[in-house]
Amino acid sequence: MNILWLSVSDPEPGLGNYANLFESEALPRIIWTTVRICIITTLLSVSLGYCLAYAMVHAYRKEQNMMLTFLLVSFWISILVRTFSWLMLLGRKGLVNEWLDAIGIISEPIAFMRNELGVLIGMVHYMVPYAVLPLLVNMQTLDQRVMSASRNLGATGAQTFFRIYLPMTKPGIVASVLLVFILSLGFYVTPAVLGGGKVLMVAEYISVQLLITLKWGIAAMLAALMLFGVLVMLWVMNRFMKLSTVFGGATS
Amino acid sequence: MSETTQGALQIKNLRKMFGTFCAVDDISLDIQKGEFLTLLGPSGSGKTTLLMMIAGFLDISAGDIALDGTSISNTPPEKRNFGMVFQGYALFPHMSVRDNIGYALSVRKTPKADINKRVDEMLDLVQLQDFADRKPGQLSGGQQQRVALARALCFAPPVLLLDEPLGALDKKLRVEVQEQLKDIHKRVGTTFIYVTHDQEEALSMSDRVVIMRDGAVEQVGTPKELYERPQSEFAASFLGKSNFLRTSDGTHALRPEKIDLAPTGTGKTTPRMSGTIRSVTYFGSMQRIMVDTQAAGELEVDIDSWRNPEPFVEGQAVDLMWEDHAVVRLERTES
Repeated sequence: MNILWLSVSDPEPGLGNYANLFESEALPRIIWTTVRICIITTLLSVSLGYCLAYAMVHAYRKEQNMMLTFLLVSFWISILVRTFSWLMLLGRKGLVNEWLDAIGIISEPIAFMRNELGVLIGMVHYMVPYAVLPLLVNMQTLDQRVMSASRNLGATGAQTFFRIYLPMTKPGIVASVLLVFILSLGFYVTPAVLGGGKVLMVAEYISVQLLITLKWGIAAMLAALMLFGVLVMLWVMNRFMKLSTVFGGATS
Repeated sequence: MSETTQGALQIKNLRKMFGTFCAVDDISLDIQKGEFLTLLGPSGSGKTTLLMMIAGFLDISAGDIALDGTSISNTPPEKRNFGMVFQGYALFPHMSVRDNIGYALSVRKTPKADINKRVDEMLDLVQLQDFADRKPGQLSGGQQQRVALARALCFAPPVLLLDEPLGALDKKLRVEVQEQLKDIHKRVGTTFIYVTHDQEEALSMSDRVVIMRDGAVEQVGTPKELYERPQSEFAASFLGKSNFLRTSDGTHALRPEKIDLAPTGTGKTTPRMSGTIRSVTYFGSMQRIMVDTQAAGELEVDIDSWRNPEPFVEGQAVDLMWEDHAVVRLERTES
Protein backbone atom coordinates (compact mmCIF):
# COMPACT_ATOMS: atom_id res chain seq x y z
CA MET A 1 0.00 0.00 0.00
CA ASN A 2 2.89 2.23 0.86
CA ILE A 3 4.19 1.82 -2.65
CA LEU A 4 0.84 2.70 -4.18
CA TRP A 5 0.70 5.82 -2.02
CA LEU A 6 4.25 6.74 -2.88
CA SER A 7 3.55 6.37 -6.58
CA VAL A 8 0.88 9.09 -6.48
CA SER A 9 2.43 11.42 -3.89
CA ASP A 10 6.14 11.76 -4.63
CA PRO A 11 7.54 14.22 -5.66
CA GLU A 12 4.13 15.96 -5.78
CA PRO A 13 0.56 14.62 -5.41
CA GLY A 14 -1.21 13.53 -8.57
CA LEU A 15 -0.79 11.06 -11.40
CA GLY A 16 2.36 12.77 -12.66
CA ASN A 17 4.43 9.64 -12.28
CA TYR A 18 2.01 7.62 -14.37
CA ALA A 19 1.87 10.33 -17.01
CA ASN A 20 5.61 9.83 -17.33
CA LEU A 21 4.85 6.46 -18.89
CA PHE A 22 3.56 8.19 -21.98
CA GLU A 23 5.60 11.36 -21.94
CA SER A 24 9.08 10.04 -21.32
CA GLU A 25 10.95 8.43 -24.13
CA ALA A 26 12.91 5.94 -22.06
CA LEU A 27 10.15 4.33 -20.02
CA PRO A 28 8.08 2.71 -22.79
CA ARG A 29 11.30 1.39 -24.32
CA ILE A 30 12.40 -0.14 -21.03
CA ILE A 31 9.02 -1.72 -20.45
CA TRP A 32 8.94 -3.11 -23.98
CA THR A 33 12.47 -4.51 -23.59
CA THR A 34 11.45 -6.12 -20.31
CA VAL A 35 8.31 -7.70 -21.67
CA ARG A 36 10.08 -8.91 -24.82
CA ILE A 37 12.97 -10.47 -22.92
CA CYS A 38 10.59 -12.05 -20.42
CA ILE A 39 8.45 -13.58 -23.15
CA ILE A 40 11.45 -15.01 -25.01
CA THR A 41 12.96 -16.26 -21.76
CA THR A 42 9.67 -17.90 -20.80
CA LEU A 43 9.23 -19.58 -24.17
CA LEU A 44 12.77 -20.92 -24.21
CA SER A 45 12.83 -21.96 -20.55
CA VAL A 46 9.49 -23.74 -20.65
CA SER A 47 10.34 -25.55 -23.91
CA LEU A 48 13.70 -26.66 -22.56
CA GLY A 49 12.11 -27.44 -19.20
CA TYR A 50 9.44 -29.54 -20.89
CA CYS A 51 12.08 -31.66 -22.64
CA LEU A 52 14.02 -32.05 -19.39
CA ALA A 53 10.96 -32.93 -17.33
CA TYR A 54 9.85 -35.43 -19.99
CA ALA A 55 13.28 -37.05 -19.98
CA MET A 56 13.31 -37.19 -16.19
CA VAL A 57 9.87 -38.75 -15.88
CA HIS A 58 10.75 -41.42 -18.42
CA ALA A 59 14.23 -42.18 -17.10
CA TYR A 60 15.01 -45.13 -14.89
CA ARG A 61 14.65 -44.58 -11.16
CA LYS A 62 18.40 -44.23 -10.59
CA GLU A 63 18.99 -41.73 -13.40
CA GLN A 64 15.86 -39.87 -12.36
CA ASN A 65 17.19 -39.33 -8.83
CA MET A 66 20.53 -38.18 -10.19
CA MET A 67 18.87 -35.69 -12.52
CA LEU A 68 16.69 -34.39 -9.71
CA THR A 69 19.77 -33.91 -7.54
CA PHE A 70 21.49 -31.87 -10.26
CA LEU A 71 18.35 -29.82 -10.64
CA LEU A 72 18.13 -29.08 -6.93
CA VAL A 73 21.84 -28.33 -6.64
CA SER A 74 21.38 -25.62 -9.24
CA PHE A 75 18.89 -23.96 -6.89
CA TRP A 76 21.51 -23.73 -4.18
CA ILE A 77 24.06 -21.89 -6.28
CA SER A 78 23.68 -18.15 -5.88
CA ILE A 79 22.46 -16.28 -8.90
CA LEU A 80 25.48 -14.01 -8.61
CA VAL A 81 27.86 -16.95 -8.91
CA ARG A 82 25.99 -18.32 -11.89
CA THR A 83 25.85 -14.99 -13.66
CA PHE A 84 29.56 -14.37 -13.19
CA SER A 85 30.29 -17.89 -14.43
CA TRP A 86 28.60 -16.92 -17.66
CA LEU A 87 30.81 -13.86 -17.73
CA MET A 88 33.82 -16.19 -17.80
CA LEU A 89 32.31 -18.31 -20.51
CA LEU A 90 30.80 -15.72 -22.80
CA GLY A 91 33.29 -12.83 -22.76
CA ARG A 92 35.27 -11.77 -25.82
CA LYS A 93 38.14 -13.79 -24.43
CA GLY A 94 35.83 -16.25 -22.71
CA LEU A 95 35.98 -20.00 -22.97
CA VAL A 96 33.29 -20.33 -25.63
CA ASN A 97 34.88 -17.84 -28.00
CA GLU A 98 38.34 -19.33 -27.41
CA TRP A 99 37.12 -22.81 -28.24
CA LEU A 100 35.15 -21.76 -31.29
CA ASP A 101 38.23 -19.91 -32.43
CA ALA A 102 40.46 -22.91 -31.71
CA ILE A 103 38.39 -25.32 -33.80
CA GLY A 104 38.24 -22.66 -36.48
CA ILE A 105 34.49 -22.04 -36.66
CA ILE A 106 34.89 -18.31 -36.13
CA SER A 107 37.68 -15.83 -36.71
CA GLU A 108 36.16 -12.89 -34.87
CA PRO A 109 34.79 -13.38 -31.34
CA ILE A 110 31.00 -13.44 -31.15
CA ALA A 111 29.46 -10.80 -28.94
CA PHE A 112 27.62 -12.99 -26.45
CA MET A 113 27.59 -10.29 -23.81
CA ARG A 114 26.56 -6.71 -23.28
CA ASN A 115 23.50 -7.36 -25.41
CA GLU A 116 20.13 -9.10 -25.24
CA LEU A 117 21.60 -12.43 -26.27
CA GLY A 118 23.75 -12.50 -23.17
CA VAL A 119 20.85 -11.55 -20.94
CA LEU A 120 18.70 -14.26 -22.52
CA ILE A 121 21.37 -16.94 -22.10
CA GLY A 122 21.81 -16.04 -18.46
CA MET A 123 18.12 -15.80 -17.70
CA VAL A 124 17.10 -18.99 -19.50
CA HIS A 125 19.85 -20.84 -17.71
CA TYR A 126 18.60 -19.56 -14.39
CA MET A 127 14.94 -20.19 -15.15
CA VAL A 128 15.03 -23.70 -16.59
CA PRO A 129 15.03 -25.46 -13.18
CA TYR A 130 12.02 -23.35 -12.16
CA ALA A 131 10.28 -24.31 -15.38
CA VAL A 132 11.02 -28.01 -14.81
CA LEU A 133 9.50 -28.35 -11.35
CA PRO A 134 5.79 -27.71 -12.06
CA LEU A 135 6.03 -29.73 -15.26
CA LEU A 136 7.69 -32.60 -13.44
CA VAL A 137 5.00 -32.70 -10.77
CA ASN A 138 2.31 -32.61 -13.45
CA MET A 139 3.90 -35.35 -15.56
CA GLN A 140 4.50 -37.60 -12.58
CA THR A 141 0.81 -37.58 -11.68
CA LEU A 142 -0.31 -38.62 -15.18
CA ASP A 143 -1.83 -42.07 -15.45
CA GLN A 144 0.47 -43.95 -17.82
CA ARG A 145 -2.40 -46.28 -18.69
CA VAL A 146 -4.02 -43.40 -20.59
CA MET A 147 -1.00 -43.32 -22.91
CA SER A 148 -1.14 -47.12 -23.21
CA ALA A 149 -4.83 -46.81 -24.08
CA SER A 150 -4.00 -44.39 -26.86
CA ARG A 151 -1.46 -46.78 -28.38
CA ASN A 152 -3.81 -49.69 -27.95
CA LEU A 153 -6.42 -47.75 -29.94
CA GLY A 154 -3.96 -47.51 -32.81
CA ALA A 155 -2.33 -44.11 -32.27
CA THR A 156 1.33 -43.68 -33.20
CA GLY A 157 3.81 -42.24 -30.71
CA ALA A 158 3.50 -38.75 -32.24
CA GLN A 159 -0.31 -38.89 -32.25
CA THR A 160 -0.31 -39.98 -28.62
CA PHE A 161 2.03 -37.15 -27.68
CA PHE A 162 0.21 -34.33 -29.43
CA ARG A 163 -3.36 -35.45 -28.87
CA ILE A 164 -3.11 -36.95 -25.38
CA TYR A 165 0.13 -36.17 -23.57
CA LEU A 166 0.49 -32.49 -24.44
CA PRO A 167 -3.13 -31.55 -23.60
CA MET A 168 -2.89 -33.48 -20.34
CA THR A 169 0.24 -31.56 -19.31
CA LYS A 170 -1.42 -28.21 -20.04
CA PRO A 171 -1.88 -27.36 -16.34
CA GLY A 172 1.85 -27.96 -15.84
CA ILE A 173 2.72 -25.80 -18.83
CA VAL A 174 0.54 -22.93 -17.62
CA ALA A 175 1.98 -23.14 -14.10
CA SER A 176 5.47 -23.23 -15.51
CA VAL A 177 4.85 -20.25 -17.82
CA LEU A 178 3.36 -18.19 -15.00
CA LEU A 179 6.19 -18.97 -12.62
CA VAL A 180 8.96 -18.25 -15.09
CA PHE A 181 7.36 -15.12 -16.51
CA ILE A 182 6.67 -13.56 -13.12
CA LEU A 183 10.14 -14.39 -11.85
CA SER A 184 11.67 -13.01 -15.06
CA LEU A 185 9.86 -9.68 -14.66
CA GLY A 186 11.70 -9.06 -11.43
CA PHE A 187 15.08 -10.12 -12.74
CA TYR A 188 17.83 -7.78 -11.71
CA VAL A 189 21.31 -9.25 -11.37
CA THR A 190 21.60 -11.08 -14.67
CA PRO A 191 20.50 -8.23 -16.96
CA ALA A 192 22.76 -5.86 -15.04
CA VAL A 193 25.84 -8.05 -15.37
CA LEU A 194 25.38 -9.79 -18.71
CA GLY A 195 23.60 -6.82 -20.32
CA GLY A 196 26.46 -4.61 -19.28
CA GLY A 197 24.16 -1.63 -18.75
CA LYS A 198 23.07 -1.73 -22.35
CA VAL A 199 19.95 -3.83 -21.78
CA LEU A 200 17.91 -1.96 -19.26
CA MET A 201 15.01 -3.84 -17.70
CA VAL A 202 12.34 -2.55 -15.37
CA ALA A 203 13.71 -4.13 -12.20
CA GLU A 204 17.13 -2.63 -12.76
CA TYR A 205 15.62 0.72 -13.68
CA ILE A 206 13.63 0.71 -10.43
CA SER A 207 16.77 0.13 -8.43
CA VAL A 208 18.54 2.93 -10.25
CA GLN A 209 15.67 5.30 -9.47
CA LEU A 210 15.67 4.20 -5.86
CA LEU A 211 19.36 4.19 -5.11
CA ILE A 212 20.99 6.65 -7.49
CA THR A 213 18.60 9.26 -8.78
CA LEU A 214 16.37 8.97 -5.71
CA LYS A 215 13.19 9.41 -7.75
CA TRP A 216 11.13 7.21 -5.45
CA GLY A 217 7.88 8.21 -7.06
CA ILE A 218 8.91 6.80 -10.43
CA ALA A 219 10.26 3.65 -8.80
CA ALA A 220 7.06 3.13 -6.85
CA MET A 221 4.98 3.71 -9.97
CA LEU A 222 6.91 1.08 -11.93
CA ALA A 223 6.70 -1.38 -9.05
CA ALA A 224 2.95 -0.83 -8.82
CA LEU A 225 2.69 -1.28 -12.57
CA MET A 226 4.49 -4.62 -12.43
CA LEU A 227 2.30 -5.76 -9.59
CA PHE A 228 -0.81 -4.91 -11.57
CA GLY A 229 0.63 -6.53 -14.65
CA VAL A 230 1.10 -9.80 -12.80
CA LEU A 231 -2.37 -9.63 -11.27
CA VAL A 232 -3.96 -8.96 -14.66
CA MET A 233 -2.06 -11.90 -16.11
CA LEU A 234 -3.29 -14.23 -13.36
CA TRP A 235 -6.83 -12.97 -13.91
CA VAL A 236 -6.66 -13.61 -17.65
CA MET A 237 -5.22 -17.08 -17.10
CA ASN A 238 -7.96 -17.77 -14.62
CA ARG A 239 -10.55 -16.94 -17.25
CA PHE A 240 -9.08 -19.46 -19.67
CA MET A 241 -8.67 -22.23 -17.18
CA LYS A 242 -9.29 -22.77 -13.55
CA LEU A 243 -6.11 -21.78 -11.70
CA SER A 244 -7.00 -24.22 -8.96
CA THR A 245 -6.10 -27.04 -11.34
CA VAL A 246 -2.76 -25.34 -12.04
CA PHE A 247 -1.93 -25.07 -8.38
CA GLY A 248 -2.66 -28.70 -7.67
CA GLY A 249 -6.40 -28.71 -7.16
CA ALA A 250 -8.51 -31.62 -8.28
CA THR A 251 -8.91 -32.11 -12.01
CA SER A 252 -12.23 -33.36 -13.13
CA MET B 1 -24.24 -59.83 -35.29
CA SER B 2 -20.58 -60.55 -35.68
CA GLU B 3 -18.45 -57.56 -36.59
CA THR B 4 -15.24 -59.34 -37.55
CA THR B 5 -14.30 -62.65 -39.04
CA GLN B 6 -11.11 -62.85 -37.02
CA GLY B 7 -10.58 -63.50 -33.39
CA ALA B 8 -9.10 -66.94 -32.74
CA LEU B 9 -6.03 -66.60 -30.59
CA GLN B 10 -3.34 -69.22 -30.13
CA ILE B 11 -0.93 -68.92 -27.24
CA LYS B 12 1.99 -71.32 -27.33
CA ASN B 13 4.45 -72.00 -24.50
CA LEU B 14 4.37 -68.37 -23.47
CA ARG B 15 6.85 -67.25 -20.85
CA LYS B 16 7.68 -63.92 -19.25
CA MET B 17 10.73 -63.35 -17.10
CA PHE B 18 11.31 -60.23 -14.99
CA GLY B 19 14.98 -60.67 -14.18
CA THR B 20 15.10 -64.10 -12.61
CA PHE B 21 11.43 -64.02 -11.61
CA CYS B 22 9.14 -66.01 -13.85
CA ALA B 23 5.81 -64.13 -14.03
CA VAL B 24 4.25 -66.28 -16.73
CA ASP B 25 5.49 -69.83 -16.97
CA ASP B 26 4.97 -71.85 -20.14
CA ILE B 27 1.30 -71.11 -20.80
CA SER B 28 -0.48 -72.55 -23.81
CA LEU B 29 -4.09 -71.68 -24.61
CA ASP B 30 -6.33 -72.02 -27.63
CA ILE B 31 -8.96 -69.32 -27.62
CA GLN B 32 -11.91 -69.68 -29.99
CA LYS B 33 -13.32 -66.85 -32.05
CA GLY B 34 -16.16 -65.17 -30.19
CA GLU B 35 -15.36 -66.91 -26.92
CA PHE B 36 -15.72 -65.24 -23.52
CA LEU B 37 -12.59 -66.44 -21.75
CA THR B 38 -11.77 -65.41 -18.20
CA LEU B 39 -8.33 -65.45 -16.64
CA LEU B 40 -8.99 -65.96 -12.95
CA GLY B 41 -6.41 -65.91 -10.21
CA PRO B 42 -5.24 -64.17 -7.06
CA SER B 43 -3.01 -61.12 -7.41
CA GLY B 44 0.49 -62.13 -8.48
CA SER B 45 -0.77 -65.14 -10.42
CA GLY B 46 0.37 -63.61 -13.72
CA LYS B 47 -3.05 -63.01 -15.25
CA THR B 48 -2.51 -59.30 -15.92
CA THR B 49 1.02 -59.98 -17.20
CA LEU B 50 -0.44 -62.48 -19.65
CA LEU B 51 -3.04 -59.94 -20.78
CA MET B 52 -0.40 -57.23 -21.25
CA MET B 53 1.62 -59.63 -23.39
CA ILE B 54 -1.44 -60.34 -25.54
CA ALA B 55 -2.02 -56.56 -25.86
CA GLY B 56 1.63 -56.10 -26.81
CA PHE B 57 2.64 -53.84 -23.92
CA LEU B 58 5.07 -56.41 -22.57
CA ASP B 59 7.68 -58.26 -24.60
CA ILE B 60 7.48 -62.00 -24.46
CA SER B 61 10.51 -63.91 -23.17
CA ALA B 62 9.72 -67.13 -24.97
CA GLY B 63 6.87 -68.73 -26.88
CA ASP B 64 4.46 -67.27 -29.40
CA ILE B 65 1.09 -65.53 -29.74
CA ALA B 66 -0.81 -65.93 -32.99
CA LEU B 67 -4.05 -64.42 -34.26
CA ASP B 68 -5.87 -66.76 -36.65
CA GLY B 69 -2.64 -68.60 -37.31
CA THR B 70 -0.44 -65.54 -37.94
CA SER B 71 2.18 -64.76 -35.32
CA ILE B 72 1.76 -61.32 -33.74
CA SER B 73 4.56 -61.68 -31.20
CA ASN B 74 6.57 -58.89 -32.82
CA THR B 75 3.65 -56.62 -33.72
CA PRO B 76 3.60 -53.38 -31.68
CA PRO B 77 0.41 -52.75 -29.65
CA GLU B 78 -0.87 -49.99 -31.96
CA LYS B 79 -0.77 -52.40 -34.92
CA ARG B 80 -2.48 -55.34 -33.20
CA ASN B 81 -5.95 -53.80 -33.40
CA PHE B 82 -7.02 -55.32 -30.10
CA GLY B 83 -9.52 -53.39 -28.06
CA MET B 84 -8.74 -53.02 -24.39
CA VAL B 85 -10.62 -51.87 -21.32
CA PHE B 86 -8.07 -50.82 -18.75
CA GLN B 87 -8.21 -51.07 -15.01
CA GLY B 88 -9.43 -47.62 -13.95
CA TYR B 89 -10.68 -47.13 -17.55
CA ALA B 90 -7.85 -44.76 -18.64
CA LEU B 91 -10.25 -42.45 -20.46
CA PHE B 92 -8.87 -39.27 -22.03
CA PRO B 93 -9.87 -36.66 -19.43
CA HIS B 94 -9.66 -33.66 -21.76
CA MET B 95 -11.92 -35.14 -24.45
CA SER B 96 -15.67 -35.47 -24.61
CA VAL B 97 -17.31 -38.90 -24.48
CA ARG B 98 -17.85 -38.68 -28.25
CA ASP B 99 -14.18 -37.91 -28.94
CA ASN B 100 -13.05 -40.64 -26.55
CA ILE B 101 -15.13 -43.24 -28.35
CA GLY B 102 -14.16 -41.99 -31.82
CA TYR B 103 -10.45 -41.74 -31.03
CA ALA B 104 -9.45 -45.06 -32.59
CA LEU B 105 -11.15 -44.11 -35.86
CA SER B 106 -9.87 -40.55 -35.75
CA VAL B 107 -6.21 -41.63 -35.46
CA ARG B 108 -6.86 -43.91 -38.44
CA LYS B 109 -7.92 -40.80 -40.40
CA THR B 110 -11.46 -42.07 -40.96
CA PRO B 111 -13.77 -39.42 -42.55
CA LYS B 112 -15.58 -37.36 -39.95
CA ALA B 113 -19.09 -38.39 -41.06
CA ASP B 114 -18.21 -42.09 -40.78
CA ILE B 115 -16.78 -41.56 -37.30
CA ASN B 116 -19.91 -39.77 -36.14
CA LYS B 117 -22.13 -42.52 -37.50
CA ARG B 118 -20.11 -45.25 -35.84
CA VAL B 119 -19.85 -43.36 -32.53
CA ASP B 120 -23.64 -42.98 -32.50
CA GLU B 121 -23.95 -46.74 -32.94
CA MET B 122 -21.60 -47.30 -30.02
CA LEU B 123 -23.44 -44.76 -27.84
CA ASP B 124 -26.61 -46.75 -28.54
CA LEU B 125 -24.88 -50.01 -27.67
CA VAL B 126 -23.81 -48.76 -24.25
CA GLN B 127 -26.89 -46.52 -23.78
CA LEU B 128 -25.03 -43.27 -23.33
CA GLN B 129 -26.73 -41.24 -26.08
CA ASP B 130 -27.45 -38.36 -23.71
CA PHE B 131 -23.89 -38.08 -22.45
CA ALA B 132 -21.99 -37.66 -25.73
CA ASP B 133 -20.79 -34.13 -24.98
CA ARG B 134 -19.83 -34.63 -21.36
CA LYS B 135 -16.26 -35.02 -20.15
CA PRO B 136 -15.31 -38.31 -18.43
CA GLY B 137 -14.94 -36.46 -15.11
CA GLN B 138 -18.64 -35.62 -15.19
CA LEU B 139 -19.73 -39.27 -15.41
CA SER B 140 -20.33 -41.88 -12.74
CA GLY B 141 -18.06 -44.92 -12.45
CA GLY B 142 -20.52 -47.17 -14.25
CA GLN B 143 -20.91 -44.69 -17.11
CA GLN B 144 -17.13 -44.29 -17.43
CA GLN B 145 -16.85 -48.05 -17.62
CA ARG B 146 -19.32 -48.07 -20.52
CA VAL B 147 -17.42 -45.30 -22.32
CA ALA B 148 -14.24 -47.34 -21.99
CA LEU B 149 -16.04 -50.35 -23.42
CA ALA B 150 -17.50 -48.37 -26.33
CA ARG B 151 -14.11 -46.80 -27.04
CA ALA B 152 -12.47 -50.21 -27.17
CA LEU B 153 -15.16 -51.70 -29.42
CA CYS B 154 -15.56 -48.74 -31.77
CA PHE B 155 -13.05 -49.95 -34.37
CA ALA B 156 -14.54 -53.47 -34.38
CA PRO B 157 -11.46 -55.25 -33.01
CA PRO B 158 -11.26 -59.03 -33.38
CA VAL B 159 -10.31 -59.38 -29.71
CA LEU B 160 -11.31 -57.33 -26.68
CA LEU B 161 -9.09 -57.46 -23.60
CA LEU B 162 -10.62 -56.47 -20.27
CA ASP B 163 -8.40 -55.88 -17.23
CA GLU B 164 -10.55 -56.04 -14.08
CA PRO B 165 -13.05 -53.63 -15.65
CA LEU B 166 -15.52 -53.87 -12.77
CA GLY B 167 -12.98 -53.54 -9.97
CA ALA B 168 -13.85 -49.92 -9.18
CA LEU B 169 -17.63 -50.40 -9.08
CA ASP B 170 -19.72 -51.13 -6.01
CA LYS B 171 -21.17 -54.57 -5.64
CA LYS B 172 -24.75 -53.89 -6.73
CA LEU B 173 -23.67 -52.01 -9.84
CA ARG B 174 -21.19 -54.76 -10.64
CA VAL B 175 -23.92 -57.38 -11.04
CA GLU B 176 -25.83 -55.03 -13.33
CA VAL B 177 -22.77 -54.32 -15.48
CA GLN B 178 -21.99 -58.05 -15.68
CA GLU B 179 -25.37 -58.54 -17.36
CA GLN B 180 -24.72 -55.67 -19.78
CA LEU B 181 -21.26 -57.01 -20.62
CA LYS B 182 -22.62 -60.46 -21.37
CA ASP B 183 -25.33 -58.96 -23.51
CA ILE B 184 -22.85 -56.80 -25.45
CA HIS B 185 -20.56 -59.78 -25.93
CA LYS B 186 -23.42 -61.70 -27.50
CA ARG B 187 -24.29 -58.80 -29.80
CA VAL B 188 -20.83 -57.96 -31.15
CA GLY B 189 -19.44 -61.50 -31.34
CA THR B 190 -15.94 -60.32 -30.46
CA THR B 191 -13.56 -62.60 -28.59
CA PHE B 192 -13.48 -61.36 -24.97
CA ILE B 193 -10.47 -62.06 -22.76
CA TYR B 194 -11.39 -61.01 -19.27
CA VAL B 195 -9.06 -60.74 -16.29
CA THR B 196 -10.49 -60.84 -12.79
CA HIS B 197 -9.83 -62.10 -9.29
CA ASP B 198 -13.55 -62.27 -8.58
CA GLN B 199 -14.78 -65.84 -8.82
CA GLU B 200 -18.44 -64.82 -9.09
CA GLU B 201 -17.71 -62.70 -12.17
CA ALA B 202 -15.77 -65.57 -13.68
CA LEU B 203 -18.53 -68.11 -13.05
CA SER B 204 -21.43 -65.98 -14.21
CA MET B 205 -20.04 -64.51 -17.43
CA SER B 206 -17.51 -66.84 -19.01
CA ASP B 207 -17.71 -69.55 -21.62
CA ARG B 208 -14.44 -70.87 -20.26
CA VAL B 209 -12.34 -70.00 -17.23
CA VAL B 210 -8.58 -70.32 -16.89
CA ILE B 211 -7.57 -70.59 -13.25
CA MET B 212 -4.05 -69.24 -12.86
CA ARG B 213 -1.61 -69.69 -10.04
CA ASP B 214 2.00 -68.56 -9.71
CA GLY B 215 2.27 -67.80 -13.41
CA ALA B 216 0.99 -71.16 -14.58
CA VAL B 217 -2.39 -72.55 -15.63
CA GLU B 218 -3.95 -74.52 -12.81
CA GLN B 219 -7.04 -75.71 -14.68
CA VAL B 220 -9.08 -74.72 -17.74
CA GLY B 221 -12.73 -75.48 -18.33
CA THR B 222 -16.31 -74.23 -18.43
CA PRO B 223 -17.50 -72.73 -15.14
CA LYS B 224 -19.55 -75.86 -14.48
CA GLU B 225 -16.64 -78.23 -15.17
CA LEU B 226 -14.39 -76.26 -12.88
CA TYR B 227 -16.91 -76.05 -10.09
CA GLU B 228 -18.10 -79.64 -10.27
CA ARG B 229 -14.79 -81.32 -11.18
CA PRO B 230 -11.93 -79.34 -9.65
CA GLN B 231 -8.60 -81.08 -10.15
CA SER B 232 -6.69 -79.55 -7.28
CA GLU B 233 -7.24 -78.13 -3.83
CA PHE B 234 -6.34 -74.70 -5.19
CA ALA B 235 -8.93 -74.86 -7.97
CA ALA B 236 -11.57 -76.18 -5.57
CA SER B 237 -11.00 -73.50 -2.96
CA PHE B 238 -10.43 -70.56 -5.31
CA LEU B 239 -13.58 -71.17 -7.32
CA GLY B 240 -16.19 -71.46 -4.61
CA LYS B 241 -15.59 -72.98 -1.19
CA SER B 242 -14.68 -76.55 -0.43
CA ASN B 243 -14.04 -79.03 2.34
CA PHE B 244 -11.27 -81.53 1.84
CA LEU B 245 -11.47 -85.14 2.97
CA ARG B 246 -8.13 -86.92 3.13
CA THR B 247 -8.34 -90.70 2.80
CA SER B 248 -5.91 -93.45 1.91
CA ASP B 249 -6.69 -93.10 -1.84
CA GLY B 250 -6.11 -89.33 -1.99
CA THR B 251 -7.75 -86.00 -1.27
CA HIS B 252 -11.41 -85.39 -2.04
CA ALA B 253 -13.29 -82.12 -2.42
CA LEU B 254 -16.75 -81.73 -0.92
CA ARG B 255 -18.70 -78.50 -1.51
CA PRO B 256 -20.36 -77.09 1.66
CA GLU B 257 -23.80 -76.87 0.03
CA LYS B 258 -23.73 -80.56 -0.87
CA ILE B 259 -23.70 -81.67 2.75
CA ASP B 260 -26.97 -82.19 4.57
CA LEU B 261 -27.28 -81.83 8.30
CA ALA B 262 -29.71 -83.35 10.82
CA PRO B 263 -29.82 -83.72 14.60
CA THR B 264 -28.22 -87.08 15.52
CA GLY B 265 -30.41 -90.03 14.60
CA THR B 266 -33.04 -88.10 12.64
CA GLY B 267 -31.43 -88.10 9.16
CA LYS B 268 -33.32 -89.58 6.20
CA THR B 269 -30.24 -91.31 4.79
CA THR B 270 -27.38 -93.14 6.45
CA PRO B 271 -25.09 -90.66 8.15
CA ARG B 272 -21.55 -90.44 6.71
CA MET B 273 -20.10 -88.75 9.76
CA SER B 274 -21.23 -87.24 13.02
CA GLY B 275 -20.05 -84.19 14.87
CA THR B 276 -20.93 -81.20 17.00
CA ILE B 277 -21.76 -77.71 15.79
CA ARG B 278 -19.10 -75.16 16.55
CA SER B 279 -20.74 -72.05 15.09
CA VAL B 280 -23.74 -70.91 13.06
CA THR B 281 -23.66 -67.81 10.85
CA TYR B 282 -26.90 -66.56 9.36
CA PHE B 283 -26.83 -65.07 5.83
CA GLY B 284 -30.55 -64.72 5.10
CA SER B 285 -31.10 -67.21 2.32
CA MET B 286 -28.63 -69.66 3.82
CA GLN B 287 -26.71 -70.32 6.97
CA ARG B 288 -23.08 -71.38 7.27
CA ILE B 289 -22.52 -73.98 9.93
CA MET B 290 -19.09 -75.12 11.08
CA VAL B 291 -19.13 -78.70 12.38
CA ASP B 292 -16.33 -80.41 14.33
CA THR B 293 -16.06 -84.03 13.27
CA GLN B 294 -13.92 -86.88 14.54
CA ALA B 295 -13.22 -88.22 11.08
CA ALA B 296 -12.33 -85.09 9.09
CA GLY B 297 -11.80 -82.22 11.48
CA GLU B 298 -13.77 -79.04 10.95
CA LEU B 299 -16.22 -79.10 8.03
CA GLU B 300 -18.18 -76.22 6.57
CA VAL B 301 -21.83 -76.86 5.77
CA ASP B 302 -24.13 -74.45 3.91
CA ILE B 303 -27.81 -75.08 4.58
CA ASP B 304 -30.67 -73.27 2.86
CA SER B 305 -32.44 -71.42 5.64
CA TRP B 306 -35.93 -72.44 4.53
CA ARG B 307 -35.16 -76.16 4.87
CA ASN B 308 -34.57 -75.95 8.60
CA PRO B 309 -37.24 -74.06 10.45
CA GLU B 310 -35.81 -75.59 13.63
CA PRO B 311 -32.61 -73.61 13.98
CA PHE B 312 -29.33 -75.36 14.62
CA VAL B 313 -27.51 -74.20 17.73
CA GLU B 314 -23.92 -74.27 18.86
CA GLY B 315 -22.90 -77.43 20.69
CA GLN B 316 -25.67 -79.51 19.11
CA ALA B 317 -24.81 -83.09 18.07
CA VAL B 318 -25.54 -83.67 14.38
CA ASP B 319 -25.23 -86.23 11.60
CA LEU B 320 -23.72 -85.30 8.25
CA MET B 321 -25.02 -86.82 5.01
CA TRP B 322 -24.18 -86.49 1.35
CA GLU B 323 -24.62 -88.28 -1.97
CA ASP B 324 -21.82 -90.38 -3.46
CA HIS B 325 -21.36 -88.04 -6.42
CA ALA B 326 -20.90 -85.05 -4.14
CA VAL B 327 -17.38 -86.14 -3.34
CA VAL B 328 -14.81 -85.41 -6.05
CA ARG B 329 -11.43 -87.05 -5.96
CA LEU B 330 -8.70 -84.52 -6.79
CA GLU B 331 -6.29 -85.56 -9.52
CA ARG B 332 -3.50 -83.48 -8.09
CA THR B 333 -2.68 -83.20 -4.42
CA GLU B 334 -0.62 -80.53 -2.75
CA SER B 335 2.84 -81.50 -1.75
